[in-house]
Amino acid sequence: MAEVEETLKRIQSQKGVQGIIIINAEGIPIKSTLDNSSTVQYAGLLHQLVMKTRSTVRDLDPQNDLTFLRVRSKKNEIMIAPDKDYFLIVIQNPSD
Amino acid sequence: MSVPQRAGAAKTKQAISQSHSSKEAAAAKLLKAAVKKQDEDDGTEVGDGADEWMQRKTLIKPPDQVDLTEAELKEEFTRILTTNNPHAPQNIVRYSFKERSYKRIGGIDQLAIHFMLAGNLLHKDSDEARQQRARQGLPDEKAAVESIVAETEEEKPDSPQVEIEEVTEVGGSEDRPESVEHQAKRRDQKLKNQFKFTERPSQTLNNPLRQKGCQTELPPRSNFSATANQWVIYDAYMEELQKQNKERQKASLKKEEEKSKKKTILVETESDNITRVRQVAKIVERMVVQNTFDEIAQDFKYFEDSSDEFREQEGTLLPLWKFQHDKVKGLAVTSLCWNQRYKDLFAVGLGSYDFTKQGYGMVLFYSLKNPTFPEYSYITLSGVMCLDIHAKLSHLVAVGFYNGCIAVYNLKEKSTQPMYRSTAKSGMHTDPVWQVKWQKDDLDSNHNLFSVSSDGRVVSWTLVKNELVFTEIIKLSMGDGLTQGLEELQFLNPACGTSFDFHKQIDYLFLVGTEEGKIFKCSKAYSSQFLETYDGHHMSVHAVRWNYFHPKVFLSCSADWTVKIWDHTVRTPMFTFDMNSAVGDVAWSPYSSTVFAAVTTDGKVHVFDLSINKYEALCQQPVVPKKAKLTHIDFNLVYPIIIVGDDRGCVTTLKLSPNLRKKPKEKKGQEPPKTPEMEVAKMEKLLSLQREPDNSSLG
Repeated sequence: MAEVEETLKRIQSQKGVQGIIIINAEGIPIKSTLDNSSTVQYAGLLHQLVMKTRSTVRDLDPQNDLTFLRVRSKKNEIMIAPDKDYFLIVIQNPSD
Repeated sequence: MSVPQRAGAAKTKQAISQSHSSKEAAAAKLLKAAVKKQDEDDGTEVGDGADEWMQRKTLIKPPDQVDLTEAELKEEFTRILTTNNPHAPQNIVRYSFKERSYKRIGGIDQLAIHFMLAGNLLHKDSDEARQQRARQGLPDEKAAVESIVAETEEEKPDSPQVEIEEVTEVGGSEDRPESVEHQAKRRDQKLKNQFKFTERPSQTLNNPLRQKGCQTELPPRSNFSATANQWVIYDAYMEELQKQNKERQKASLKKEEEKSKKKTILVETESDNITRVRQVAKIVERMVVQNTFDEIAQDFKYFEDSSDEFREQEGTLLPLWKFQHDKVKGLAVTSLCWNQRYKDLFAVGLGSYDFTKQGYGMVLFYSLKNPTFPEYSYITLSGVMCLDIHAKLSHLVAVGFYNGCIAVYNLKEKSTQPMYRSTAKSGMHTDPVWQVKWQKDDLDSNHNLFSVSSDGRVVSWTLVKNELVFTEIIKLSMGDGLTQGLEELQFLNPACGTSFDFHKQIDYLFLVGTEEGKIFKCSKAYSSQFLETYDGHHMSVHAVRWNYFHPKVFLSCSADWTVKIWDHTVRTPMFTFDMNSAVGDVAWSPYSSTVFAAVTTDGKVHVFDLSINKYEALCQQPVVPKKAKLTHIDFNLVYPIIIVGDDRGCVTTLKLSPNLRKKPKEKKGQEPPKTPEMEVAKMEKLLSLQREPDNSSLG
């Protein structure tokens, strides 16, 4: 438990990290370092994206599975790592 | 009259004879009786008549009359009269639902109705008749008529009844003359019964109708929709398979264990959800770190120093990641080891070389993917002096401590305590352990490791179940080791082993370097004798290393500022290099037999390639700030990087420039061979060259 908290703290303290969100399998955010409205927005949108991505990967080969997903945009980068029951989302601005 | 009657009688007779009606047996009998009576009556008449006729005429035969013999004519035919209706069907069948089949009806109706006429005559005493009369409004007449009737029909037994009727009628009329008239006038006279009749209607209480309905709660509903993709189907099958496997295992497991397991599973799900994010958090951390250290990662992968083309015999080291941890301030890196299996994982042992500043120690495992935080970390009571990761079972780590203890950690277990630890009872060293090395498993497939220490012993430890069992292999001592001296002498002058190395191919052969500067070549088989002694250095030998390719060559470095290359068959070194500063460690490269690197206490890394330059280093580069001293170095087996540890607890990774990684040049057209044999040959060439001048100079 403390280990996870520590890891999250370290991630948060990395250069350029804007926020961390943990959402469960249904897309409901459990923990977040951003404000409520952003959290909900990110959670809703990214949840769908991850499901779609995962479905794609698995359709191509059912024995395969999605490890992580990076969405790099002009302003920042969104990194999503899905677990069986949870998604961890980190938003970072790498050029900071 | 008689003839038609007779004819009619004959006909009816025939009809009767042919009918099968049983119901109208009585009626038929009556008819029959009547007919017979008539017949008898007629018969006499007819008979007379017939006789008359018969006398007058002869018998006239119709032309188509059947000719019968006398006997046949006299034959009596019995005609049986039955009450069966000949036209009635004999075998009516009805479908019986009970027996699900067609069944014959038992009793078949034998009634044959010949003629039916609905009549319109009413008996005058019937209810309807009375109603009619009332309607016609002749009640008095009725009484009169009735009396007349009473008089005339004496025979009829119902006369007294009629009288009674009359009386009652009259009585009734007297009682309520008005009502009777009233009723008659108003509407149809109600037919009253023969007895005193009073109409007394009453209204009963109607039970109030109440409707009672009940509505149950709708069963809970939920909408369900899903898509069946290929992977959904696959998952379902895998789950099914797992269930089957579990069931198979259940048969072998005890039930109690199951229960406890179930309990633990329950507990897990109830506990805080965040713990399950651990794995994912790790991945994300690495991703974030990769972004942060993006340039370094790119350099690591792709950067090749292009200026090397211009510098023929020089190379550079590109600094990549730096691994530092807060908790290790004040500790020096005392050992480094790459993991054989996971090429990006390495172990760092931290302790202190300073005799006066002995405190705790640490073992840290770093991955190149995350330089900010170690993957595993263990704190130890005593300073770590050396460590080694098992070649095959890369979760086993052997650690040697300053206090002479040896411990084996299991990375798979989550505990912070070592799996095994040697104690004073179990043959602990009395001086710091300077080197540990894993060996091949012994015959019982127990894990085996060797250690060397300043107390002059080389000890082999075997992991048996929960213990470390030690076997002393050899006791180091000064002297030639040729058993010329007494055994006591050997005891008196113990040598302090500071490093050792096992031959890559020949299992039992190993080298030990001592604090006095001698190097001993030993065999596992001989416990008291050395195979060879080399007067290597003037000061303590910090490291001895066998060459990865060439079976005869080994390196040694020492605090006397020199690095020496030896051929183990020759007692003098092949090459000697002066570093201008105490050499902390030296290592061969795994990709070439002629490349090696050394680190010195002035913070420099020296890389040599003997095939290019036999006398000078290709690269001499300071990699740490001045005050830091480099203590250890190791090459990565796969990537072209080296890690160096310093006395500040910091580990730096450096990338070797292409010049330092050169493969032997071949003539154009030939493929560059990469086999170890070539490496050996390369070295051999050098050595032979070296030996010739050696021989010539008598050195």
